Amino acid sequence: MRRYLWFSLLLLPFLLSPFPFYLTLLNFFAIAALVALSLYVLTGLGGMTSFAQAAFMGVSAYATALLTARASLSPWAGLALGLGLTVAFALVLGLLTVRLKGHFLPLSTIAWQVALYILAGNLVGLTGGHTGLTDLPPLSLFGLPLDTPFRYAFLGLFLLALGVLALKNLRESRLGRALLALRGDALTAASFGVDPAALRLKAFLLAGGIAGLAGFLYAHFLRFVNPTPFSLEASIKYLVMAVAGGVGTIPGVLLGAALFTGLEDWLKDLLPLLLGRQGNYETIAYGLVLAGILLFAPQGLWPLLAGRRPSGRKALPQGEPLPPRPPSGRRGEVVLEARGLRKAFGGLIAVNGVSLALRRGEILALIGPNGAGKSTTFNLLTGALPPDGGEVFLFGKEITGLPPHRIHPLGLGRTFQHPHVFPEMTVLENAALATYARTRAGFVRVLLGLHRKEEERALATAYEALRRVGLEGLALERADRLTAGQQRLLELARLLASGAEVLLLDEPGAGLRAGEKRELARLLLGLAREGYSVLIVDHDMDLIMGLADRVVVMNYGEKIAEGTPEEVQKNPLVRAAYLGEEAA
Amino acid sequence: MDATILGLLLLDGVQNGVVYGLLALAMVLVFAVTRVILVPIGELMMFAPLSFVWLQGGKLPGTLWLALALGALWALLERGRGRGLPLAGGAGLLLLFLLARGNPALAYLAALLLVVYLGVATYRVFFQPMREATVLALLIMAVGLHVAYQGLGLVFFGPEQYRPDPLLQGEATVGLTWQGVLVLAFALLSAAALYLFFRRSLFGKALLAAAENRLGARLCGIRPEEAGMVAFAIAGLMAALSGLLLAPLINAAYFMGFMLGLKAFVAAILGGLVSYPVAFLGAVLVGLFESFTSFYASAYKEALVFLLLVPALFYQSLRAKGVEE
Repeated sequence: MRRYLWFSLLLLPFLLSPFPFYLTLLNFFAIAALVALSLYVLTGLGGMTSFAQAAFMGVSAYATALLTARASLSPWAGLALGLGLTVAFALVLGLLTVRLKGHFLPLSTIAWQVALYILAGNLVGLTGGHTGLTDLPPLSLFGLPLDTPFRYAFLGLFLLALGVLALKNLRESRLGRALLALRGDALTAASFGVDPAALRLKAFLLAGGIAGLAGFLYAHFLRFVNPTPFSLEASIKYLVMAVAGGVGTIPGVLLGAALFTGLEDWLKDLLPLLLGRQGNYETIAYGLVLAGILLFAPQGLWPLLAGRRPSGRKALPQGEPLPPRPPSGRRGEVVLEARGLRKAFGGLIAVNGVSLALRRGEILALIGPNGAGKSTTFNLLTGALPPDGGEVFLFGKEITGLPPHRIHPLGLGRTFQHPHVFPEMTVLENAALATYARTRAGFVRVLLGLHRKEEERALATAYEALRRVGLEGLALERADRLTAGQQRLLELARLLASGAEVLLLDEPGAGLRAGEKRELARLLLGLAREGYSVLIVDHDMDLIMGLADRVVVMNYGEKIAEGTPEEVQKNPLVRAAYLGEEAA
Repeated sequence: MDATILGLLLLDGVQNGVVYGLLALAMVLVFAVTRVILVPIGELMMFAPLSFVWLQGGKLPGTLWLALALGALWALLERGRGRGLPLAGGAGLLLLFLLARGNPALAYLAALLLVVYLGVATYRVFFQPMREATVLALLIMAVGLHVAYQGLGLVFFGPEQYRPDPLLQGEATVGLTWQGVLVLAFALLSAAALYLFFRRSLFGKALLAAAENRLGARLCGIRPEEAGMVAFAIAGLMAALSGLLLAPLINAAYFMGFMLGLKAFVAAILGGLVSYPVAFLGAVLVGLFESFTSFYASAYKEALVFLLLVPALFYQSLRAKGVEE
């Protein structure tokens, strides 16, 4: 099993055993690499970041120092308290910021980091101030005290290898896909059932917990804590490591941690010599390295070395797909209904009193000139925008004002006017994102690797869907290698994999060649025959008129006509709207 | 607490608060135009008085070489006539510094222009090449520059604190120096000037347009790069002036700018990084809060200021709705 090769890290202490100095560095590497892994979760997967990872380490380090050195309790009690406190602090910060735009969280972490650092230096009675707390007991495992760098390195590296395995599991899971999707485009993720705020919060807690573990290791390695290693500069150092190595990949953040652990020591000796004065000059190098990486290799060093391969799995799924969900129920029954929808943007009334009903097994087209309010209607139906007035019902259940991630699991799926695919994932993973709402594995199961069976079935479902639209040959390609037409098909495959039976397609024909359009029409007609219900917005009259059972026409935010394609084409109001003819 | 102490605390709070307010306005402006959260504004602010002190003592500060080096990179990045501005600016700056040694009036001007030039060069060299990047990447860049500039500040000026002579000597009333009056007057004037600039001048409106919609502004003939440079120039000017005016009251040292900038940023968050008046008023509030906490719990005042973030974020969180596309 290739994944367990990471445990060969445990051979390093033997190799370095003749060099005590390098054994110490090896311990620092393991600790820094854990923190860098926490940034992989946050930044690499979740598209957030934190300038307070060192503060999280500090909380945990001080917790275990107080319990063991002051209260003489077991270090494992210190670990429990440390992790509990870091996660609790992360929860407070996270709850305050997850609903805000992306930059509020990292900004708040700066303030939080600075405040904690000041407290650690000033609460002298509790923390010992800048002198810190001394005489922490060594950790011991199975009666063996881990009191030398050689012995301690095994613990650090073992935890690091476990961390790597757990995060690889996370990357290859529904949660990893959902995080990557959230980073790229929260609305698409939400329209497949991902609750953006909740998932981001959980990722932030996980990252805080990993940093807390690193802090615990740090405290019992040095057996002494003071505020300095938990400063803002330290937090930035960890971020520089992760970004320089390549924060989007696990080998990247480990490479960064290894490089900088070595570099830091060298810089600390060299720079004061060069400048002829003592001081923390290595921060200059960190800042400039960070700037250089961001400008010249924004993906970091590892992708430069390893090339731009997709980071997901390399084999086609073999398992059984998830239980199929063929549309059931009486044909012609109303599945999606809007009554008197209204939406205004400031003074502009974009949608005014629109009612429509989609029946099972039909293709209903929503057409109208540019600016008629079609896309807004679409967003009101799918929950992307809350309506100002009116109601929406899905399978007879009111869904007015629900967010997209609560509407999708009820059986509604949508595509976007501009295809929203995620370039860093494979085509297969892009399609598998849609099974998010049909699968259950949570963070604990995923990190422990207990989700593999479900994951295999999710991927098999995605592969089935790709086969249905004819993309199975490209399943393991990066999604950004698809043509515009193939990206449209991928979006359709996603809908099929999601198990939704009410499909809302926003301009599925845009950017397609004539042949691809015929293929699309054939596919949609086939779906309708099976009982899927399709609401389609498009400009291409030939496509619509050949495809739709019924047509709803909008102009200036209002519904002006409804009927079969033939009826609508004859309608004088419609002709006036499209051709500018005077309505007779 | 008696009335005198209350008065002193109020004065102190307002005096610091308006400076945070100016920095917060500069941050909101830069963020609106370029999406950069200007974390290194505190370093820019400290570079001005420290360079001034160096010049007064007849020495050339290291910041000059930093500015000239970045100016040279800026010139390399430009093509053709675009090189005129960095080259002429750099040459002018060098000349001014050579003349300003030991001449306080010229030194004041030189320190001011240095920071403006450095601000614009920073934008051109570090931020403009990544203008398509996410806010997050820009923020990471800004934080990287903050640590680099702070480290360079230590190299250039050493760890000591300096207190330049105030422009105005003496006290207006008990607890309020004339220099303090000057700070207040300057802050209110520049807030008013910014208001007029954005509301009344075509160029100010163009800047706001570029902030609102970059593509739309470009279609109207406004170059977003130019808008970014102007935003950084204004921010540099405001930072330098507040630094020069404030330094005689609070001392200047390489590390002091960061805390000032962070407090400004707490205020900017109160305004959601979009509202200028709320950011300014928030900054005055931060100043007052800080002044009173320093009376009751001085060891923790810096930490307590960040507690203000909690209600600020909570308020913003309540206002946030929907899923961003």
